[in-house]
Amino acid sequence: MSYDAWILLTGSLVGLTCGVTGALLVLRKMSMLADAISHTVLLGIVGAFFVTQSLNGLPMLIGAAIVGVLTAFFVQMLDSSGVQSDAAIGVVFTSLFALGVVLISFVGDSVHLDVEHALMGEIAFIPWDTLTVQGMNLGPKAVWMLGFVFLINVLFITLFYKEIKLTTFDPQFAALLGIPVMFIHYLLMGMISLSTVASFDSVGAILVVAMLIVPGATAYLLTDRFLILLILSGLIGILSAVTGFAFAVLFNVSIAGSMACATGLYFILAFIFSPKHGILMKQIRKYRLSSEQS
Amino acid sequence: MNALSVQNLTVTYDKTPVLQKVGFEIPKGSLTGIIGPNGAGKSTLIKAILQLIPRISGDIQVYGKPYHRQRRLIGYVPQRSEVDWDFPTSALDVVLMGRYGHIGLIKRPGKKEIQIAKEALRKVGMEEYQDRQISQLSGGQQQRVFLARALAQDAQIYFMDEPFVGVDAATEKAIIQLMQEWKEEGKTVLVVHHDLQTVEDYFDHVLLLNKSPVGCGPTQKVFTMENLKQTYGGSLKFLGENSVVLQERV
Repeated sequence: MSYDAWILLTGSLVGLTCGVTGALLVLRKMSMLADAISHTVLLGIVGAFFVTQSLNGLPMLIGAAIVGVLTAFFVQMLDSSGVQSDAAIGVVFTSLFALGVVLISFVGDSVHLDVEHALMGEIAFIPWDTLTVQGMNLGPKAVWMLGFVFLINVLFITLFYKEIKLTTFDPQFAALLGIPVMFIHYLLMGMISLSTVASFDSVGAILVVAMLIVPGATAYLLTDRFLILLILSGLIGILSAVTGFAFAVLFNVSIAGSMACATGLYFILAFIFSPKHGILMKQIRKYRLSSEQS
Repeated sequence: MNALSVQNLTVTYDKTPVLQKVGFEIPKGSLTGIIGPNGAGKSTLIKAILQLIPRISGDIQVYGKPYHRQRRLIGYVPQRSEVDWDFPTSALDVVLMGRYGHIGLIKRPGKKEIQIAKEALRKVGMEEYQDRQISQLSGGQQQRVFLARALAQDAQIYFMDEPFVGVDAATEKAIIQLMQEWKEEGKTVLVVHHDLQTVEDYFDHVLLLNKSPVGCGPTQKVFTMENLKQTYGGSLKFLGENSVVLQERV
């Protein structure tokens, strides 16, 4: 596969994985938690590096999942002990991220791990960092990791579909039925952390936040069905990656940056033109109503 | 046998007690109105019984066994304002959620469950709306969706939190009909209610509550002027015989 094709595939997988999982956060009104987790996983990555002394995929995923769930746990703890929930997110997110930043300075120069890389990523380098098994080149590591995480996410969403749906819509009723509400919550946080860390290397924390939140928010404007919303969100993620990449090539600008911009563009389009919830249709409906009455 | 027995139930918000050493018993097959002024802890009582909020102390028995072993027997109609009605789902889907406890973890609702849910919607006169997104329903219709969900739970004891608030006449009728049906089937119903005018028409039992129970028992015995005065303090206004109007303190 060509260099461009690998980048497109990587970007699309980021869009798909983050789009589907992030939509669940949007529905739970927890978008800011995505912001928090996408930063604090840095600590997990650094932690995994100190334990294994390498930037290997699996330990990084595990480290990030642990710190991601811890982030959600600390936020929950502060929240339930009386700290306002947005403040709780702010406190936990900055402290854990800062700890990661401090620890990263102890990592030697020989290793490719620094704050700028973590925030911005560099998708352009992805195709060169390949996975080789017994001398065979199997393509970029990032693609394998993203594909793996996507499958895990789809597996969990399929298994716990009705539980996820109910705990999102009516957590009290779910608790009444004996559904493990907290388990589902932390499962979701784990999925978000995995998606984040798999996407991290290629696009960095900032695009991860965009890909987690914006496609879900866009899909929310376009459909009234839960399952369709999840699928649509993933598709919008892919679409954003593709258009963003085309734009970046055309104008020779940051790839990750223009992918993030593309998510924003699609959101604006949906916000204005969505047949059901767009402001244009709302205005038209209002206009029709008032002209009918006069 | 008592359908519900509550002993020594205490709930606090921060340090202020909302419910203090509440104890009462509700006989099987009764239709009980939980009555009391604003802030008396009526909704809190239901939520504490259902273990949706933490409690300081309290022993709750449902049909003679501890609450957590009897989940399947419990049905719940929360206040409409408790959920986000913009959630992307249909009326039928919400009713199906009433079956989730029976289906068990991971498994999917099958044809039988969908049939039960449709039947429940039909019973509350909502079958035409089964595919409607729930925000496209009126307040009364949303309440009926919640009723149908409780119906689909096929429970033995039902808890309803202010079901009559802000509903149309058709919905009010549907609620009353359903309560009567449940009662005839030998099921037990507890309803948080605040309209004193209708208490005697709707309920055969009342629980008068103001942080702790003032009285609990058959309506004729307990729903007396004296008890009401004690429950509401000075905020009652009397309009002749058997007719009371609530005058909220400003």
